[in-house]
Amino acid sequence: MSQQSLTGRGGDRAQYGVCAALALLGVFVLVDASRLGAVASSNDPVGPKPAPMLLGILLIIVSVFYAVDVARGGVGAAEEGEDVDLTTRVDVRTVALLLGVFAANAVLIEPLGWVISGSLLFWGAAFALGNRHHIRGLAVGVALALITFYAFAIGLGVNLPAGILQGIL
Amino acid sequence: MDNLNALLDGFGAVLTPVNLLIALLGVTVGTAVGVLPGIGPAMTVALLLPITYGMQPTQALILFAAIFYGGMYGGSTTSILLNTPGESSSVVTAIEGNKMAKAGRAAQALATAAIGSFVAGTIATLALVFVMPQVVEFAISLGAPEYLAIILVAFVGVSAVLGSSRVRGLASLLVGLTIGLIGIDFVTGQQRMTMGVAQLADGIDVVVVAVGIFAVGEALWVAAHLRRKAAEVIPVGRPWMGKEDWKRSWKPWLRGTAYGFPFGAIPAGGAEVPTFLSYMTEKKLSKHPEQFGKGAIEGVAGPEAANNASAAGTLVPMLALGLPTNATAAIMLAALEGYGLEPGPLLLEKQPDLVWALIASLFIGNTMLLVLNLPLAPAWAKLLQIPRPFLYAGILFFASMGAYAVNSQPFDLWLLLALGLLGFAMRRFGLPVLPLIVGVILGPIAEKQARRSLQLTGGDPSGLIGGPVAWVCYAIIAAVLLWPLVAKLLKARRGGDHHDAETKTEVSV
Repeated sequence: MSQQSLTGRGGDRAQYGVCAALALLGVFVLVDASRLGAVASSNDPVGPKPAPMLLGILLIIVSVFYAVDVARGGVGAAEEGEDVDLTTRVDVRTVALLLGVFAANAVLIEPLGWVISGSLLFWGAAFALGNRHHIRGLAVGVALALITFYAFAIGLGVNLPAGILQGIL
Repeated sequence: MDNLNALLDGFGAVLTPVNLLIALLGVTVGTAVGVLPGIGPAMTVALLLPITYGMQPTQALILFAAIFYGGMYGGSTTSILLNTPGESSSVVTAIEGNKMAKAGRAAQALATAAIGSFVAGTIATLALVFVMPQVVEFAISLGAPEYLAIILVAFVGVSAVLGSSRVRGLASLLVGLTIGLIGIDFVTGQQRMTMGVAQLADGIDVVVVAVGIFAVGEALWVAAHLRRKAAEVIPVGRPWMGKEDWKRSWKPWLRGTAYGFPFGAIPAGGAEVPTFLSYMTEKKLSKHPEQFGKGAIEGVAGPEAANNASAAGTLVPMLALGLPTNATAAIMLAALEGYGLEPGPLLLEKQPDLVWALIASLFIGNTMLLVLNLPLAPAWAKLLQIPRPFLYAGILFFASMGAYAVNSQPFDLWLLLALGLLGFAMRRFGLPVLPLIVGVILGPIAEKQARRSLQLTGGDPSGLIGGPVAWVCYAIIAAVLLWPLVAKLLKARRGGDHHDAETKTEVSV
């Protein structure tokens, strides 16, 4: 298997976590497949069981190869990009805030409607990412939410909930 | 000549005022979104999917074709003006393109990229017109075992050939296949991997997977490592080229096209190899090799043409076989399924109007881009200065809207969050995302073909072997998978103990 960098020996231990997750997924797939009834009929002699069985076994095999690769110093290069600075550590606070804002939208979208929840999503996410112009952030959020609501829900018939603003919008 | 007549009919269907307006909207929005830093063509198409939800299939396809080329073009603008490219396919363009921009020749770099994209896109789309129906003719004669074998080649190709690590590619593919397994079995009606959750019974929508992995995953990943000082944008005027630039560009455009189209058309060809080959060729053939690394126009013209031609080439397996070989094609395929169209060899037979309208709109979108982008480049460059908090907040906003709109259920937003975290983890650990998406889309089809093959033999595994086409496919797969082992054995034979084989072969060679 691949050995990109033998110099970074013992470098990225967290990769073993990925191997463990893959193996666990494999076990889960196998357990789930084992409770499937073996239905065989003339137009489907193998039934729904073999595919997940094969997949579960392959997942476990690949997790082992992966672990061997990591043990030999293999490292997956983290993705780069225009706005990505890999010299910094993972900014846990920003990510946690974003996840919170995202979850809030999932909870609020039906009771409050897309216009309100979407505005909050934009404003909150921009705040989490370092925006400190609160009024501007909120204004852009409200504008985007209104434009998308009118263009998509009313113009194109895409399903976006109006929520408590039903009848006002 | 049948093809040309069909294509003319396609033009007839597309050339109405409303459709032209849709195409114009598509190229404009596609370019604008594609230019935004951090958004590649695949994410552009994924984020803009909701626009097409309320449309007729033909109009939706016109919009897709336009967004597709617009997003591609926007991506190359970013890599020239910002240097750090968003997609691996525009890495090579960035090498010389950014050097040119820094030397005050941004206008010429953008011009050769725009005109080169137009030339390559037009020639490659024309090649598509002639090649695709041939592939369909061949594909229709294939039985289930052969089709299964071709899908398996695509699996091995995207996970073990593209990308730098085979284990990581395969791991990503298997996770995708697992996601594809979720839902009710299509024959027996039994629930697989649903954990009793009712919303999972219909499976996870590919659009939700694509938006989660590409858009949400990317936004979270960038948020975790956000560059506090935005990268420097090079100001640019209206793109233009002098006589000398034309003279140095036209041959690289044609050679780049010749590299790009075939690589795009084979499963697992990708755009990385042809862009790189084109760069090496131009460097070798150039009369100004000393300029390479300092901003040689040939180094922008060739790879950019190769990139676009390869993108058009990927439409051959996508339309003829239903096989996606890059992320953008994967998302377009998912969208086709959303309209109740079944991608595969029968698509051209059942829906010829749609397919030819799509191809005609590729020509139209490409031409519009050329007309639009030369004068609008300074405006696009301004988009690069968008405040990053607003940019990534906007991505999350549109991703949430798109995912919710698929089925109108908040449950999909939780799925989107989970998939976004998966996408984050994959970026952190260097797992490629393309194999996952391909696995989600093709996994269920592969299983269907396998079960159909076994039906003919009553469950006897010999049904999977099929005919000569399948044999060739399995030989290719075996060669790819066993290659590292063979290489190691060869090395060991030459250099003794394989642990220090590398140093020894260096000595012996």
